[in-house]
Amino acid sequence: MSDVLALIEISHRGEIAASARGLLAAAARLGSPVAVVVSSEPLADDDVARLGELGAARIYSAVTAAASTVLVAPAVDALSAAAEAYEPAAVLTTNTADGREAAARLAVRTGGSVLADVVQVRNDNGTVVAQHSVFGGAYTVESTVDGGLPILTIRQGAIEGQAPAATADVSTASLEAPTAAAAVIERFNDDPMVSARPELRSAATVVSGGRGLGSSENFVLVEQLADVLGAAIGASRAAVDAGYVAQTAQVGQTGVSVSPQLYIALGISGAIQHRAGMQTAKTIVAINKDEDAPIFDVADFGIVGDIFTVVPKLIEAVKARSN
Amino acid sequence: MKIVVLVKQVPDTAEERKLELATGQLDREAGDNVIDEINERALESALRIKDANKGTEVVAMTMGPDDAAQALRKALSMGADSGVHILDDSLNGADTHRTAATLAAALRATGFDVVLAGNESTDGRAGVVPAMVAEYLRLPLLGSLISADVTDDAVRGVRQGEGGTLNVHAGLPAILTVTERFPEARFPNFKGILTAKRKPVTTLSVAELDIPASRSRTVVVSTAERAPRAAGRKLIDDGSAASELAEFLVANRLV
Repeated sequence: MSDVLALIEISHRGEIAASARGLLAAAARLGSPVAVVVSSEPLADDDVARLGELGAARIYSAVTAAASTVLVAPAVDALSAAAEAYEPAAVLTTNTADGREAAARLAVRTGGSVLADVVQVRNDNGTVVAQHSVFGGAYTVESTVDGGLPILTIRQGAIEGQAPAATADVSTASLEAPTAAAAVIERFNDDPMVSARPELRSAATVVSGGRGLGSSENFVLVEQLADVLGAAIGASRAAVDAGYVAQTAQVGQTGVSVSPQLYIALGISGAIQHRAGMQTAKTIVAINKDEDAPIFDVADFGIVGDIFTVVPKLIEAVKARSN
Repeated sequence: MKIVVLVKQVPDTAEERKLELATGQLDREAGDNVIDEINERALESALRIKDANKGTEVVAMTMGPDDAAQALRKALSMGADSGVHILDDSLNGADTHRTAATLAAALRATGFDVVLAGNESTDGRAGVVPAMVAEYLRLPLLGSLISADVTDDAVRGVRQGEGGTLNVHAGLPAILTVTERFPEARFPNFKGILTAKRKPVTTLSVAELDIPASRSRTVVVSTAERAPRAAGRKLIDDGSAASELAEFLVANRLV
């Protein structure tokens, strides 16, 4: 079985990123997973064990002091070296800023091609086929690469399940300092850990608020419902532009795309831009006082009413049932 | 300083966008095509540098069919000094790698100190072309920035990462990509619209450029349209809608 490289991201604090599970699961569907890891210190035994649990048959551990001081270039160097060593059938990265840059540069360096924002993969008799969800899920497109190395950036949270556990063989290489011109990292500024709420992209339930909330004070209503449901918080662009909530919560064409089991839209009219980020949710609930709001066209359950009276009652009803 | 802003004409995100099912390619006839908003933000940041330093030259560059000239005109009316239009039928349906190879060749021919682009287009959303261009030109990329400070010989910026931000810097020349966190673009004023007609636009064909990658290698295997969602129940709240919704959620095991 061909090897498939997966670029595993390690935070600057040395933690394996949550995206590792999905990357290795996708790699296992295409071949034998090789975790490529770039770090400033050699991998700890715990990390090796963890990557094995997540399905890595082998680990290519590239160690370089530049890992936390030079932007992306060490990952590109590590992937190039690993691609030469393993001659893989495909290379997988996350669809993050770091993962996309590594994929893009690797494609130019190796003459490969990027299949971007992949939501599912399959091995079609040795051909790597990637599936994409286009225009907010309005289309499903499958693509492949005709000659050259396929490099896939995998959408966070899209791949379900976990690869069968393995005991990973580790080969360690020390990387030279990057030779190409690269950006320098001066400092990491971690987001404050403000809440225990789930991450928006991968949450099973999302509660989003729109312009109908009226103010940032009123946006608390969205948080209260989210917290009784164990949900992540989202928002429409209108709510973000009005300053009710941080831009990182924006769901839509610009912003985050989500596909939760349950999406609850509060005071959101449902412009095409917003629907493009949430219409693949399993179940959609909308509460809006405008009977003609387009959000109702995609809602499985719609309530025409005032969010400030309906939502507090809903919170009480949900609490009563869970007690 | 010479700044080249990469702009792309895309379908308006305020309208229904379509793919051609036979090819998986964008249906350009389905709705209005406009300059991508993220490129307008990139252009705005270039124009702010020009506002502060009068010697700055701002060039808008695009690759696309005839119609894409409209995106350049918009950029010129906002304040760009000149335009470059890479126009060649052989580029129809070019994949990201071929697009980047072509843009890199055009950038080399045009010359620049800084290249500004959006972090991802609203249609393709691949977000890889600027990094590929950077690799072709062997330049640093400061991607996914939420702010940037460009001086004569360097750029410092704040990059949006996963779980936090990073302060990054690089010497010039360099390529920068901006995110939605950058300021919204200015509107073209009357004078801008009038003078845009007199500003020079250079048209380049593939034959005039030194492009290494010869063909697109990514292939669309299939394209399927999702069935539109059907609207479900819609209640007018009479005081009991909240409890009905709670029952619905319980019945569907959603709480």
